[in-house]
Amino acid sequence: MPETLHNQETRKIRDQQPGKIDEILRRFPQKKSASIPLLYLAWDIYGYISPEAMIEVAEILDVSPAYIQGIVSFYTMFPLKMTGNYHIEVCANISCHLTGAQEVLKTLENRLGIHCGERTGDGRFSLQAVECLAGCSSAPCMQINGKEYTHLTPEKVIEIIDSLD
Amino acid sequence: MAEETRVLLQHIGSADLLTVKDYREKGGYRALEIALKDKTPEQIVEEVAQSGLKGRGGAGFPTGMKWSFIPKDVEKPVYLCCNADESEPGTCKDRIIIEQNPHLLLEGILIACRAIGSHQAFIYIRGEFHRGANILQMAIEEARREGLIGKNILGAGFDCEIAVYRGAGAYICGEETGLLTSLEGQRGYPRNKPPFPAVAGLYDCPTIINNVETLSAVPVIIEKGGAWYAAYGTEKSSGTRLLCLSGHVNTPGVYEIVLGNMTIREFIRDFGGGVPGGRKIKGVIPGGSSMPVLRDDQLDIPLTVEDIQKAGSSLGSGAMIVMDETVDMVEIALLLAKFYEHESCGQCTPCREGTHWFVQILEAVQQGEGRPGDIELLLDICRSEYTSICPLWAAAVWPVRAFLKQFREEFEAKIQPRSMEAEAETAPAS
Repeated sequence: MPETLHNQETRKIRDQQPGKIDEILRRFPQKKSASIPLLYLAWDIYGYISPEAMIEVAEILDVSPAYIQGIVSFYTMFPLKMTGNYHIEVCANISCHLTGAQEVLKTLENRLGIHCGERTGDGRFSLQAVECLAGCSSAPCMQINGKEYTHLTPEKVIEIIDSLD
Repeated sequence: MAEETRVLLQHIGSADLLTVKDYREKGGYRALEIALKDKTPEQIVEEVAQSGLKGRGGAGFPTGMKWSFIPKDVEKPVYLCCNADESEPGTCKDRIIIEQNPHLLLEGILIACRAIGSHQAFIYIRGEFHRGANILQMAIEEARREGLIGKNILGAGFDCEIAVYRGAGAYICGEETGLLTSLEGQRGYPRNKPPFPAVAGLYDCPTIINNVETLSAVPVIIEKGGAWYAAYGTEKSSGTRLLCLSGHVNTPGVYEIVLGNMTIREFIRDFGGGVPGGRKIKGVIPGGSSMPVLRDDQLDIPLTVEDIQKAGSSLGSGAMIVMDETVDMVEIALLLAKFYEHESCGQCTPCREGTHWFVQILEAVQQGEGRPGDIELLLDICRSEYTSICPLWAAAVWPVRAFLKQFREEFEAKIQPRSMEAEAETAPAS
């Protein structure tokens, strides 16, 4: 582990949310179970899952940073780079595909001037195609920062994007 | 015209059910009282076994029997895990209960814990369900304040905790042993069975994993009796089922019905309002993306577990996806193959490699670069369907094999090199 990453840069969760760490650790009979909940907390505090965030979670859990990186690379939700202020996740699986998800994606790419997996230059938006969001009976659907939008059409998508500050 | 039979969804849409008070006004937590004060754990298991309730996550294992697998007089703690990882494409029923009637699920969990001797339950909810996780968390906190979770529940001397655990985007964690390894803080790799989770599950302790809809059916079974529940439906599928209707229908939605009263076609017509634009149906996936697709001429069978099985498919997770005559079936087969390729955990070679091969071959076929023999090659790969630790590989095989069997001509048309004559015929007249 690079020496320079120690201490100053990898104490953010412990400095800012010591109580929250204890609360998470108390939920489980075994410490390692706290990996994913702590990574969510790290995401919140570091803004994304940076190498420093992984090192700090590893230190809290007494495991190697490589172990935590193994977890992070397994679960698709953890972002390895900064996402936009508005992180848009569009379902592209079967029920949404049948009802127009590709048009929704194209509309978003055109409007935002980015491709899936990218972030706009001003950092406001990032766009991601994701697997089934379980909104199949109100397809096509997407989430923006976890908030769900359903029955999308290209027109509706533009309205939604333009209504965000 | 077929109608819904609302048991689990009874008050949803017409009443607010998010608080303990709201839920109690509709008769909520009465079953918990009965379970804790009037019944022994054995009697609860017996009642659920008698109801014929089967797992609603897709595999359909009898719930009462599963519970009875917990070893007697076990010294280790026993855990209950509620599988709220709802990720099978097409499936969107569990989230309705989670988001609109969370206490129904909590009550079912508490009764199940009592039945199997567990004092700690985890709700493993997929990471994408931000709202659902928050609603459950608030419901748990309120239930704890009301003496429904924690120590000495309802003064009956029973202790039980429930914790919400958010996943982080991995379909494989809906597989029960993958869920357990994920909950233990590891990469969500499924484990070999045996040992079965009921013997050695979470932290190597006896563990029961039940789906949200399954657990939510428990309160009504305890309140009204297993025989009452078993009187609904068919022999192999008692009670009501939540069916998720999506794709090319006018009124998609989640509908609660009793199986056996209508055909698949009637269900699509009466609940789905038919196909937009009056178009014809080309195919229907009856039970979530893993289940074999049926052709239009197979839809006049009764909508039951038994009849769909006879037709070579399965009602699975209850997710019915309708595809109209405009759909390119090669495109859909490729889309699903890509999903399983993305979600394969990579542990077992047949699945890790096979899902990748499927995508490569189907992509070539779709782009007009398929080679003669590709269909046979795909079918050959399908032969290894039961060679992996968990069912994901089989779940990837079934749609590929079914699309090839049911719509083979569409694949052949894309593979067949166009003859010189055909080229000439389609050439623009000069």
